[in-house]
Amino acid sequence: MGRRATPEVNAGSMADIAFLLLIFFLVTTTIEKDKGIARQLPPIEPPTEAPPLIKEKNLFIVNVNKDDQLLVEDNLMELKDLRKAAIDFLDNGGAPAGSPEYCSYCKGSRSPSSSDNPEKAVISVQNDRLTSYDMYIRVQNELVAAYNFLRDRESKRLYGENFVFTEISKQINEGSYKGNEEAAKKKLETIQKMYPLKLSEAEPKTKGQ
Amino acid sequence: MSKFKKKKGGELPAISTASLPDIVFMLLFFFMVVTVLRDNNLLVKNELPKADQVEKLKKDRAVYIYAGKPSSRYQEVFGTEGRIQIGDKYTSIENIGLALEEARRKLLPELQDKVYVALKVDKETNSGLVSDIKQVLRERNLLKIIYITTPGNDLGN
Repeated sequence: MGRRATPEVNAGSMADIAFLLLIFFLVTTTIEKDKGIARQLPPIEPPTEAPPLIKEKNLFIVNVNKDDQLLVEDNLMELKDLRKAAIDFLDNGGAPAGSPEYCSYCKGSRSPSSSDNPEKAVISVQNDRLTSYDMYIRVQNELVAAYNFLRDRESKRLYGENFVFTEISKQINEGSYKGNEEAAKKKLETIQKMYPLKLSEAEPKTKGQ
Repeated sequence: MSKFKKKKGGELPAISTASLPDIVFMLLFFFMVVTVLRDNNLLVKNELPKADQVEKLKKDRAVYIYAGKPSSRYQEVFGTEGRIQIGDKYTSIENIGLALEEARRKLLPELQDKVYVALKVDKETNSGLVSDIKQVLRERNLLKIIYITTPGNDLGN
């Protein structure tokens, strides 16, 4: 008998096995969602403390009823106009020039009947218990978008076109920021102070009220 | 005997499928790596609302609360009223605190103080249920929350 070469293993079915596994993983995969709107809830205050007084003009009231309709400052409004209205309110800067509350960076209409400055401006969302969660999130999303718009604008103005507030904070969050992270965080804080997120939520009213 | 046989012309050679397993394995490994096996079984309908002004959740410090209508196969027993799910079971409003505490203990000890509560709520739920949850969270002093959403915005602005 002569030398016999070992016969090659037939790898033809390898593809089938791999396909089988592949299809199993394709079917079981659910890519988990992990993004959302972050919020800090207010701590429960001791009942003895009087609530802070807020001037009516510094308050922007957004009311959502049980049929998901919006009432903004006593006017009916479509959701698509809410962002613009919130930006106008926050950026108004109605305090007169020279007063300590004067807002030097605001670009709004400076109407005396709207907010004094962004630090004083409070947006209050009141919703019914029967408002759908979908609508609730959309309203929150538009309001956060208004803040982000203003913060982006100011960060570009102060620190150059490439310093976009939302982009930079996202990068720092994910750990992919290239450059001096401490310095960037300081800058972000400065911007946050210029437009602090002041969203208040009233306890929802009972159904149908 | 010639060493160099002349090729028979004309016929096309069959395409070699030898690299097919390699390609399939590559795909397989990709899916194996991205797959996260669900650690809890969803008992509620969970179609999340859309939003685009989002931040990323740090998963290592998150506890999840699901809420929504019971899924269709549980509706006969549990009805269609919005329900809260923590871990693998339905929870009533009063028991959220305890259930959360339990979930929190499972996190790494150094992260337990930085815990985020991730709310995965179906978009058809009444927001009243969400406010109830938030009220309990405030009482429990778990103040950092995140509303998990799907990317997108159908307003178009």
